[in-house]
Amino acid sequence: MRHIPVTCEQREAMLRAIDRADIVDLFADVPEKVRLGRPLDLPGALGEMDLVSHVRGLADTNEPASGVVSFAGAGCYDHYVPSIVDHVLRKPEFFTAYTPYQPEVSQGTLQGIYEYQSMMCALTGMDVANASMYDGATAFAEAAMMACRVTRRRRVVCAGTVHPEWRNTLATYADAGTFDVTFAGPHAGGVIDFDGEEGVRRALEGGDVAALLLSSPNVVGNLEDLGSASTLAHEADALLVVATNPLLLGVLEAPGEAGADIVVGEGQPLGNMMSFGGPAFGFFACREAHMRHIPGRLVGRTVDVDGNDAFVLTLSTREQHIRREKATSNICSNQALCALGAAVYLCAVGREGLASTARACIAKAHYLRERLLSTGRFSAPWDTPFAHEFALAYDGEIAGMHASMLERGFLAGVPLTSIEPATPIVPDESLAESLVVFAVTEKRTRVEMDAFAEEVASL
Amino acid sequence: MTEKLSHTPGAAPSRGPRRLIFETGAPESRCVMPPALDVPDVDLGAALGGAVRVEPPVIPHVTEVEIARHYAHLASMNFGVDSGSYPLGSCTMKYNPRVNEDLARLEGFAGLHPYQPEATVQGALELMVGLADALAEVSGLPAVTLQPAAGAHGELTALMCFRAYHRDRGDVRKRVIIPDTAHGTNPATVAMCGYEVTTVPSDERGGVDLDALNSVLGTDVAAVMLTNPNTLGLFDENILEITAAAHGAGALAYCDGANLNAIMGISRPGDMGFDALHVNLHKTFSTPHGGGGPGAGPVCVVSRLAPYLPGPIPHRRTDGSYGLALPERSIGRVRSFYGNFGVLVKAYAYVRALGGEGLREVSEQAVLSANYLKERLRDTYELAYDRTCMHEFVLSGSRQKREHGVRTLDIAKRLLDHGFHPPTVYFPLIVEEALMIEPTETESLEELDRFADAMIAIAEEAKRDPELVKGAPYTTPVRRLDEAGAARNPDLRYRTEG
Amino acid sequence: MYPSDLKYDKEHEWVRVEGDVAVIGISHFAQHQLGEVVYVDLPSEGDTVSAGEAFGEIESVKSVSELYTPADGEVIKVNSALTDAPETVNEDPYGEGWMIEVKLADPSQLDGLLSAEEYEALVSEEA
Repeated sequence: MRHIPVTCEQREAMLRAIDRADIVDLFADVPEKVRLGRPLDLPGALGEMDLVSHVRGLADTNEPASGVVSFAGAGCYDHYVPSIVDHVLRKPEFFTAYTPYQPEVSQGTLQGIYEYQSMMCALTGMDVANASMYDGATAFAEAAMMACRVTRRRRVVCAGTVHPEWRNTLATYADAGTFDVTFAGPHAGGVIDFDGEEGVRRALEGGDVAALLLSSPNVVGNLEDLGSASTLAHEADALLVVATNPLLLGVLEAPGEAGADIVVGEGQPLGNMMSFGGPAFGFFACREAHMRHIPGRLVGRTVDVDGNDAFVLTLSTREQHIRREKATSNICSNQALCALGAAVYLCAVGREGLASTARACIAKAHYLRERLLSTGRFSAPWDTPFAHEFALAYDGEIAGMHASMLERGFLAGVPLTSIEPATPIVPDESLAESLVVFAVTEKRTRVEMDAFAEEVASL
Repeated sequence: MTEKLSHTPGAAPSRGPRRLIFETGAPESRCVMPPALDVPDVDLGAALGGAVRVEPPVIPHVTEVEIARHYAHLASMNFGVDSGSYPLGSCTMKYNPRVNEDLARLEGFAGLHPYQPEATVQGALELMVGLADALAEVSGLPAVTLQPAAGAHGELTALMCFRAYHRDRGDVRKRVIIPDTAHGTNPATVAMCGYEVTTVPSDERGGVDLDALNSVLGTDVAAVMLTNPNTLGLFDENILEITAAAHGAGALAYCDGANLNAIMGISRPGDMGFDALHVNLHKTFSTPHGGGGPGAGPVCVVSRLAPYLPGPIPHRRTDGSYGLALPERSIGRVRSFYGNFGVLVKAYAYVRALGGEGLREVSEQAVLSANYLKERLRDTYELAYDRTCMHEFVLSGSRQKREHGVRTLDIAKRLLDHGFHPPTVYFPLIVEEALMIEPTETESLEELDRFADAMIAIAEEAKRDPELVKGAPYTTPVRRLDEAGAARNPDLRYRTEG
Repeated sequence: MYPSDLKYDKEHEWVRVEGDVAVIGISHFAQHQLGEVVYVDLPSEGDTVSAGEAFGEIESVKSVSELYTPADGEVIKVNSALTDAPETVNEDPYGEGWMIEVKLADPSQLDGLLSAEEYEALVSEEA
């Protein structure tokens, strides 16, 4: 049998050893009424060659973004993944291991995570980073819950410029009943409106707010004014939670420097394949003062009985397996291998490579935006600082343009309305319906961008 | 191994300081740089509105060979399923078929962007529907969401659906009942949903105490949350009475699917009366644990809960094409995009490789192997519950503790010297000095015997030379750690000097 | 192991009463059961505490326990040295390992506490 090394003969011997005539006898505790009593109705078993050809057949039905000239982003990015990353992740000692609860035989995973935590602290400008969360959206929601624990309050304010799927996730977590969320906005200018009717200042009133949550860059690529956000949040004795793109932190000011108390984000840009949106990982970093409130696992450095350097899971009393219903989160499995991949990625590009990759993305995005504006088919809804992603208004029917460009080998960004369509990002509905979000990574070339601009102009 | 076992305390080789990747390489070292810029450079200050980093982040600068060596060294200090038996109770550390790794990395999957037009991702959606259908058949619960990223995330998702279901019926409920054998994620999840935990004790056979359950059930109970087979490795014989009692009080019944590996093709949670189940694909369906993740925790539910599932959910249209749709009363999203898709590919491949009969054989062998090991160890260690077990069983090291002062922790550490990963220890909480052993179906008879021999040898060592066991391990990359020191003075990141 | 000048409660705290002020810590038995103490979370001076309610938490590497006061009152002193040296609770539970000083609202609430002898009998059952 596939993956069962016990032979039929051995099976008989094992049954004799436990004094049973038949395997069925082992299931005597299963009441008759709940026994299935028929074979599972599933497709028949496939040998490895047939399996590969079947599953490859499914894969071949897809037209992956990685195979075309893609400008799709909005939370998932087509960056180059250095070859070494997957070679490391394919080491069975890493990928077939469990959570490092036995540190004596898990030093590889533990040191790898410690180094990952160190790199995330360096990027975000924070003191403590955990071993990873499921993704950026859940890290964002857990940051809200952590802020409530720290401040002993139960309402958070979230900017309307945050990715709709993250806002949706936050709302789902809040709906579970332990905290409330006020969504500020929609914000007309593509960035947080601090002072308007639906602005953040007003939402923060009441003295009951645990945190202001925002994302910079936000869902349309614009950079938020972290200084003002920090001032406003802290005036309300609330924490500032900043979601950000870790790859851009090669050149972008660290949120920790700009007043953030918790920094989270989606780690996919760091060496993780797009993989239809998962698995990648969420990162989560905070100040040392709040360390005991952080969700998830932490690895610390210590020594063994002989005085050798060693690493171990630490501050575990925060976690579900010890504190149970009083735990800081119910998270158990995280996305450790994906986080390890991010650490390998950061080593591979290095300090300079990360900065020049980020710089290349930003320069190319600015180039593409100019090129698209020069076609006359696009207009700029705002003139706001952005990094490697931006939104433009298209003067025609978006779906048709998108489809035509795909036929020509281009994935023409992400139409804003295709991201959780019911969630308004800007108050002007007709503007919202005309917006396309373009992301540019270091993989895109000038030739591709020129060709894209020319083709789209010719439609 | 004999030589390794002959190590005496203090005789372990000196291991010395550990080098971090930060302490490797040189400022001029490079590995992978992006191509030269082919567009005009930008003034970062102007482009980013002044939000420019002044100090570069302290991340390493190394060459590729240094990366390769560093991680090869780290890997050499790790123990995985490929390294040897990993009988970690309730974790189902079975072999991870290699072909699945290749399939998840096919460009047609790994290169997909989540916002590609639906027409370009038909194969991915078909695969997800195929997996969801298989999980529905195995669980006996017809509606499935693949979105949750892990088991605990699945628990949370299901309880959120329960909450929404009760709310729609104008029903405010406050408590969730869990047995004293529950995983820590269960009460933690209950708290995240704003419910209070009511713990119900186990009876002398290791099942839920029915009288105790009935005495705490009431109209304020939202759910009863069970693991079946439970964490003692026992199938609850009263399962139908339990779920009926829950339903009688208007509560819903939740099954933690951590132990699904025992019952595939034999008994289905849906037929037991459960309303929801999460499946740990990284346990039962052989996707690797990755040193802590990524996993996937799909949730299967009865029809009346289907409208509440998080979405979007892939489905097959009448014309044979595939699409994504949000259930009518959906609780919303529990994460971004559609789930840990790459993990779903591996689980799908596993199901297709085994088929229905293969899955049943998996469970049968897992249960047989556990019972065989239990039989081999029952005279040496105390058995917490002397019953036929499912895919795992719980021993107690209380005899060794009482007679020789050797604790379960010591036995676990000594197993490392014998070349095995230890079982789950000190869980479930109701068994003193617990050792929870789950061999899985992928261990050979020879390997099961070797493990039993090692456990018996350690019991002998505990008698003859308890200090030897208490000082273990001796042969591992590091020995027992100063965990108190780690917690008192947390060192959680590398800091540059000064 | 259980000084006779102290009073004890069933949650394994000890109390030293000096007029209307009570000094509170945990017993030798409690620190031994916990193992190596790694963190003590205490209230702030000026906080009020209530009998039967947790006023703080004490952690070892793999367990966490709540700390209870046997009487209502206001916290007038906190042993902040435990922040940097939580192991003091193991080393000197009745001396340097004390936790808080409470100005009692009603000293008669302490009447039901156990004597050293009674407490010792209690823990010998639990051990």
